[in-house]
Amino acid sequence: MASPMRIRARAEGAVADVRVLMAHEMETGQRKGSDGKVVPAWFIQEVVASHNGKQVMVAQWGPAVSKNPYLQFKVKGAKAGDKIAVTWKDNKGESRTDEAAVA
Amino acid sequence: MSMNRREVLKAGGGAAVYTALASMGFFAANPAMAAWNKAAFETKSIADTLKVLGVSGTANSADVVITSPDIAENGAVVPVGVASKIAKTEMIAVMVEKNPSMMAGMYEFGANAEADISMRVKMGQSSDVYALVKADGKFYMTKKEVKVTLGGCGG
Repeated sequence: MASPMRIRARAEGAVADVRVLMAHEMETGQRKGSDGKVVPAWFIQEVVASHNGKQVMVAQWGPAVSKNPYLQFKVKGAKAGDKIAVTWKDNKGESRTDEAAVA
Repeated sequence: MSMNRREVLKAGGGAAVYTALASMGFFAANPAMAAWNKAAFETKSIADTLKVLGVSGTANSADVVITSPDIAENGAVVPVGVASKIAKTEMIAVMVEKNPSMMAGMYEFGANAEADISMRVKMGQSSDVYALVKADGKFYMTKKEVKVTLGGCGG
């Protein structure tokens, strides 16, 4: 099971600034391991962010995203106490959802 | 149809099969998620990518700002931020021209998201970083050169 994401959401006026740190290998499928074999690709393909259950952003990622991806985005109209949820899904079909309250 | 899918899954079982099927839209685990646009992530040049995305022409815009270091020491983690001040921005795509997989990420925004994102990408070598913005049906593109002293795609 994948490790939890770290989500920080802070309200700055009418906009909440959300920072997410995900735990994922993000293998490109181009790298060779110590045995000389290509390490198969394994990366997050989709990221969905929602605010109080309403979807605000959908991202599609390629293997070029760095290991343990960091993502920052901004949600309009999010107040302190509102829920920000982030879901990712990787190319092996594994997924994870975490939620945080806006501070 | 569903029987076929089961058999294929049983026979293949591997991630490759899953990915292939997923890209064809067989799996709709979460209907809110759009299918991963495999074609857009496999293109080898900016022109190809634009073609796959159905972009006919792009305009330069000073309202699209790429935030990244001019020189990145470690190509494995290059911070890249893109903000668009164009009204009704629907989508931002981040591309690294000289990466083997050019498309780094595509972001689609709902009404309550600001068109302002930051991420970290890998860069194999010094390259131009492109930001493609779709706003109100029109496309805008801007680029910024990032020099990399240590590539992040080897191993």
